[in-house]
Amino acid sequence: MDYQLIWVLLIAVAVFAYVTLDGFDLGIGILFAVIKDPKKRGRMMNTVAPIWDGNETWLVLGGGGLYAAFPKAYSLLMTAFYIPVFAMLLALVFRGVAFEFRFKSQNHQKHWDFAFSAGSIIAAAMQGAMLGAFIEGISVENGRFVGGAMDWLSPFSIFCATAVVVGYALLGTGWLIMKMEGDFQGSLRRLAKPAVIWMAANLGVVSLMTTYVNPAYATRWFDMPNMLMLAPIPLITAALLFWLWHAVSHREKTVFGITLGIFFLSYLGFGITLYPNIVPPMITFREAAAPDNSLSFMLVGAAILLPVIFAYTAYAYWVFRGKVGDEGYH
Amino acid sequence: MLDAEILARIQFAFTISFHIIFPSFTIGLASFLFVLEALWLRTRDDAYLALYKFWVKIFALAFGMGVVSGIVMSYQFGTNWGPFSEFTGGVIGPLMAYEVLSAFFLEAGFLGIMLFGLNRVGPKLHFTATTMVAVGTLFSAFWILSANSWMQTPDGYMIENGRAVVTSWWDAIFNPSFPYRLVHMVLAAFLTTALVVGAVGAWHLLRDRQNRPARIMFSMAMWMAAIVAPIQIVAGDMHGLNTLEHQPAKVAAMEGHFDTQNGAPLILFGWPDMAAEETRYALEIPKLGSMILTHDWHGKITGLKDFAPEDRPNATIVFWTFRVMVGMGILMALLGVVSLFARLRKTLFSCVWLHRFALVMGPSGFVAILAGWFTTEIGRQPWVVYGVMRTSDAGSPIAPTAIAGSLIAFVIVYTIVFGVGTAYILRAMNHDPRHAHAPKDEVLRAGGRTVAAQNPPQAGE
Ligand code: HDD
Ligand code: HEM
Ligand code: HEM
Repeated sequence: MDYQLIWVLLIAVAVFAYVTLDGFDLGIGILFAVIKDPKKRGRMMNTVAPIWDGNETWLVLGGGGLYAAFPKAYSLLMTAFYIPVFAMLLALVFRGVAFEFRFKSQNHQKHWDFAFSAGSIIAAAMQGAMLGAFIEGISVENGRFVGGAMDWLSPFSIFCATAVVVGYALLGTGWLIMKMEGDFQGSLRRLAKPAVIWMAANLGVVSLMTTYVNPAYATRWFDMPNMLMLAPIPLITAALLFWLWHAVSHREKTVFGITLGIFFLSYLGFGITLYPNIVPPMITFREAAAPDNSLSFMLVGAAILLPVIFAYTAYAYWVFRGKVGDEGYH
Repeated sequence: MLDAEILARIQFAFTISFHIIFPSFTIGLASFLFVLEALWLRTRDDAYLALYKFWVKIFALAFGMGVVSGIVMSYQFGTNWGPFSEFTGGVIGPLMAYEVLSAFFLEAGFLGIMLFGLNRVGPKLHFTATTMVAVGTLFSAFWILSANSWMQTPDGYMIENGRAVVTSWWDAIFNPSFPYRLVHMVLAAFLTTALVVGAVGAWHLLRDRQNRPARIMFSMAMWMAAIVAPIQIVAGDMHGLNTLEHQPAKVAAMEGHFDTQNGAPLILFGWPDMAAEETRYALEIPKLGSMILTHDWHGKITGLKDFAPEDRPNATIVFWTFRVMVGMGILMALLGVVSLFARLRKTLFSCVWLHRFALVMGPSGFVAILAGWFTTEIGRQPWVVYGVMRTSDAGSPIAPTAIAGSLIAFVIVYTIVFGVGTAYILRAMNHDPRHAHAPKDEVLRAGGRTVAAQNPPQAGE
């Protein structure tokens, strides 16, 4: 069996699960920047308080899985992204504790709301910046990182940072439209409209810029017959964006679903661009892989435990299904 | 001189020391909550429900801080210890992957139901959730301690192309020091929690000795101290013997022995001086050292001088951290014994100085745990994987300024965030446990999913 391929796909799944699941709860933190009413904020928090920890665990699986399955990639990427990784982690510390602290504090709720919001925005932005820097590639010689501590910062990575913040905010909006009712839902819908346009523009720009960053990426997409075979991806994405534009004003549950679809296709496109590199521009996942017996040992665990994890995670979501009011919580 | 290596070590020590404080408390507390809920379901005595509600709020706070500080840890292997990660990825990586799959998801998946789901799922399913969270914390301890023990006593592997490749998973996971470390650490977590619970119980008894929930928790905690503290001393002794077999240099440092001798004394106190290669101002009991470590009055104990200077751990630190831990262990056992006497004389709930003693012992578990880990980890130096990879070869090629910057950021952020969190925990502990649950819980006691099922209910107020 090709354990290396299985594991690169599994890690891709874990990262995608992280991006979408923590994406919407980070998105709620990002929305705190525009929604100031403490009561509404309380309700927004209530929608994710019971599940955010599970969402963030995918981040641990992504990082831990990378360490286990592709130690060389883990070591190089973490070293190259030293500063954004730590900035993200510290931001996650602030927003993570804010869930509990917000309700425990008597006079400082505002401060923890700020920590929640700023933490979410910084974490999302750092993830975007790393995405950009990842696409641009990392300087490696003889298996060692030889770049500087600030290599990750570039106009492209900054643009990606904003794109991810907007994307997460839209996911969060979609989630809230599903969870809220009445006036508040209406104002969320109004908020979502411009976000859809903004996200569409970002997707276009990032896609085009990606093909400039590295000629190999352009060949992958624009050479025949690739171009024909891959054309459905941008086309379906565009169609989904149009649908989203409509759904935002009329539908309740589909908004979130369509946004997930757009995330999925973008992620797929990103994977196609980079395959088979795990540390662009040169190191493939095969070169970075752990010994086969480590991969097979873990696969046993993953094959048994992942379905169980999906089952109880789904159960937890189901327990907390439905609209959320402002009574309750702490 | 602060080079990249020492900065990275300080950063790792700082962040893990903060992290371990929370797990040591949540591992024990999760099991305590499990017991409380089981008792409540069996007896339907509201005092247990009140206690559950009282402690679950504190649990939520501590767990949240454990999670966020833990996520930092899982990335730090790569950021600060890149070559170490590459070398050990094939061994430690899978152990940590199993931890995520079998423990972290389980804890996170059921935590929401445990904290907010009581009214939604009913008491039975809720109890299942509590159980899962408790089990998850223990799984987590299992895997991470296996990983750590492999770094102390590596086994079941070979080196191929400059990296460790496992030859036997059984030997790698159940490496020689793992069983001892697992038992010692899990007992430590239970003891730590018991002492905190005991201190909180004592605090409320000092105010009002009729407080029934306070009586229950104080009594439960004192049973734990009386039973587990002596067991822990025995487990620690066995752990030490295992260490003597596999890491003799560490034990020499812990004991402050520089010269190899037959019939070595037990040095109670002193100042191991690494440069002078002797323990100054030693206060010693003749021959007892050999007796404890070899079970023979004339047994031979290897001293630090038998190891090349570059292979010696820092005895000054390890000697003292070890004594702090052992001292705490003895005090805990003493508290347990005293409480047994008080129980016999029926003064458990009225003996003011016993309550004061229990109160000051509240933080002693944390002190012992940190001291124990410092002994273990600093005693492992200069190796990161004992006998295989040196710490000086394990660090990432990062500019010292970047590491110093992130270290400072950690110190500032952790001090603020966890300082405030601790304040909230102390405040929650100060509330009277009799008031821990409000009338709206009537619904819950009726066991039904009624109106309240519409609200996402509470972990507390
Ligand atoms: C003996 C126990 C123990 C030890 C030595 C450690 N941990 Fe830990 N860790 C736990 C016991 C634990 C725990 C009990 O499972 C958690 C869950 C919440 C808490 O307070 O502690 C935890 C949380 C936790 C999380 C968050 C999990 C989540 O998202 O739910 C991560 C990523 C780590 N840890 C990683 C580490 C790493 C990389 C360590 C070593 C370098 C480490 N922990 C030492
Ligand atoms: C949980 C309690 C723990 C504490 C309090 C602790 C404490 C420490 C300390 C003080 C150091 C620095 C030693 C020195 O440089 O002199 C250290 C280093 C280290 N520890 Fe631990 N440790 C703990 C658990 C673990 C675990 C569970 C692992 C891994 C599975 C681990 C892996 C490491 C590594 C990789 C280093 C850095 C390299 C080194 O300095 O040796 N530690 N730890
Ligand atoms: C009083 C008797 C005790 C003895 C003889 C003892 C012995 C030891 C020894 C020899 C080690 C180092 C093992 C190594 O590095 O290989 C150790 C580590 C440790 N001790 Fe103790 N200990 C005692 C009490 C305690 C208590 C009361 C606690 C906490 C409540 C505690 C918590 C720890 C921890 C967390 C470690 C580090 C993890 C490990 O290596 O197991 N110990 N202990």
